[in-house]
Amino acid sequence: MSKALLYDATMCIGCKQCEGACAQQNKLPYDDKVAAESVQSAHKYTVVMTKDDKFMRRLCMHCEHPACASVCPVGAFHKTAAGPVVYDVWKCIGCRYCMVACAFNQPKYEWQSLNPRVRKCIMCPDRIAAGKPTACAEICPTGATKFGERDDLIKEAQDRISQNPSTYLPRIYGLHEVGGTSVLILSGVNVEDYGYPASARIGETPMPEYTGRVMEKIPDFIPVWSLVLGGIYWVSHRRDEVAAAEAEQKNGSAR
Amino acid sequence: MKIKLTFWKIVFLVIMGLGLYSTFVRYFYGLGAISNMTDQFPWGLWIGFDCLCGVMLAAGGFCIVGAVYLFNVERLHSVVRPAVLTAFLGYLLFIVGLLFDLGRPWYIWHQLIYMNPHSVMFEVGMCVMAYTTVLFFEFLPNVLEKFNLTTPIKWIKKIYPVLIILGILLSTLHQSSLGSLYLIMPSKLHPFWYTPALPFLFFGSAIAVGLAMTIFESTQSAKAFGRHLELPVLVELGGALLVALWVNALLRFEDYFHRGMLGQIVKPSYEAYFLWLELALAFVIPITMLSFKKVRLSPQGLYLASIFTVLGFITNRLNIALTGFETYVGHHYLPKWTEFSVTLMIIAMGFALFGVAVKYLPIFPEEEHAVQPRLQTETGPVVATPVLGHAGD
Repeated sequence: MSKALLYDATMCIGCKQCEGACAQQNKLPYDDKVAAESVQSAHKYTVVMTKDDKFMRRLCMHCEHPACASVCPVGAFHKTAAGPVVYDVWKCIGCRYCMVACAFNQPKYEWQSLNPRVRKCIMCPDRIAAGKPTACAEICPTGATKFGERDDLIKEAQDRISQNPSTYLPRIYGLHEVGGTSVLILSGVNVEDYGYPASARIGETPMPEYTGRVMEKIPDFIPVWSLVLGGIYWVSHRRDEVAAAEAEQKNGSAR
Repeated sequence: MKIKLTFWKIVFLVIMGLGLYSTFVRYFYGLGAISNMTDQFPWGLWIGFDCLCGVMLAAGGFCIVGAVYLFNVERLHSVVRPAVLTAFLGYLLFIVGLLFDLGRPWYIWHQLIYMNPHSVMFEVGMCVMAYTTVLFFEFLPNVLEKFNLTTPIKWIKKIYPVLIILGILLSTLHQSSLGSLYLIMPSKLHPFWYTPALPFLFFGSAIAVGLAMTIFESTQSAKAFGRHLELPVLVELGGALLVALWVNALLRFEDYFHRGMLGQIVKPSYEAYFLWLELALAFVIPITMLSFKKVRLSPQGLYLASIFTVLGFITNRLNIALTGFETYVGHHYLPKWTEFSVTLMIIAMGFALFGVAVKYLPIFPEEEHAVQPRLQTETGPVVATPVLGHAGD
């Protein structure tokens, strides 16, 4: 079964302890200056944003069908069976297609580095393998970020909405977006106001399908097109051969 | 003439000097120091111009090789060698451009061992590698001839049909796949440019630009190296270019029509201005020009029309790579001067290498037996050319 995170914005108090725990887990610098940064970057995988006293957290959505994994020419990204979308830095050639392709703009780059890496939340795969929750879920004092089985969390989210319909908007962001994600968001405000792409805009089709429709035709296209090209070549040169043979015959009979 | 030559040499040296400085900054201070690329704009001028446009500008190679060897259009024979040279240089410089743009260019070979067959980028990479190898063998006879090495030329002639078909197959695949790269960004790329038809549009524009570039470089070489200009060949190419432009224009119209975009593209907006510029340069001006027989028969007219075509499709690809993302990102991207200087250096290298190759290798037909006899045969009885008789020519 695949693990997931449920972030309930209505329970979040904006303490930013998830940011600190994330930095510690991933050996990133974290001080007051980093805490004050309100955008994600190569040294800040997750951020808690504030708007009108309401909080919203951003992190990699860990798509069920990740665009980053599908576009990477060297397969540096992959979705593990446990849920996290992880990154093998030693494979990466630095083409940054993952950054352009990600509908949530999660991969960030070490622009100042001479051997730059792509940086994003990898959902603590080592901790999950050891049977522990992610660092952010473990430290969360209110349970706003909760770790568990995706199916269980979806049920729980639906229950929360039906029990407190006035608190929540009637939707779970990430349930169907781009074919579903392993990070699910509940909130009383529109996630779009905090920089998340609108559901209607990104749709429910898994992103890899857009290129897959073309890529899947290539194994058939290659032999067919080769035959067509070979056929054209044969026909257009055969004409010359026939003409040559005829000319020779004519010359022969004339003599 | 002498002063002009010196002037261009100075320009070349200045471009190379600035380019080398930028190269130093790139490899000793990183991508952040040399470019205006950011987490919001991870692909900049180098992907937009050096890669997308570079590969398109080198498309003349497969267009002309296809016309001459696949469809047996003998009349275009004299432009095969310059077209193959341009393509070969173009792909080599494309790889040079990649070495600047990739964050970890020293791992570029990972492509060969950590393959991801789902990735369009992987497919483009493999095709470009394979096609550059094919172009190397298509180009090699020039060098072998220079040193009178006839035996290896014979070997290459033997495999020439395979090289030709492989070259066109690989070109079809990666020219269209450059467009497929953007298919995964429906929520980001502006609807003026995002369409499921992208691979078809990229392949179509490659053919139009391939023809236009062949006209451009033939005229340019005639001027620069004092060569005899083969007008009948240019006229032939101009006619083909007009057809290619019409096909491209119809494809674009069909695409906008089917997606119900016709109402939007005529409304003024930031993107619309760039789209109008692109459509004017790529379609309206060259199609209008080439519709006049007078223009189609004049070297200057053909030269100008080909320049408009090339500029138009360059605008098109820059719009896809840069303009089309600005509204989504929410701010403009203007390349840093060091990014421009790297691109300029790569272009300058292309011109210089072309000049050197033309000077030392048998790229253009010898003046004394120019195309005249070949053209005369057109009206007379069809003279059979032995298959592959001109392989490598």
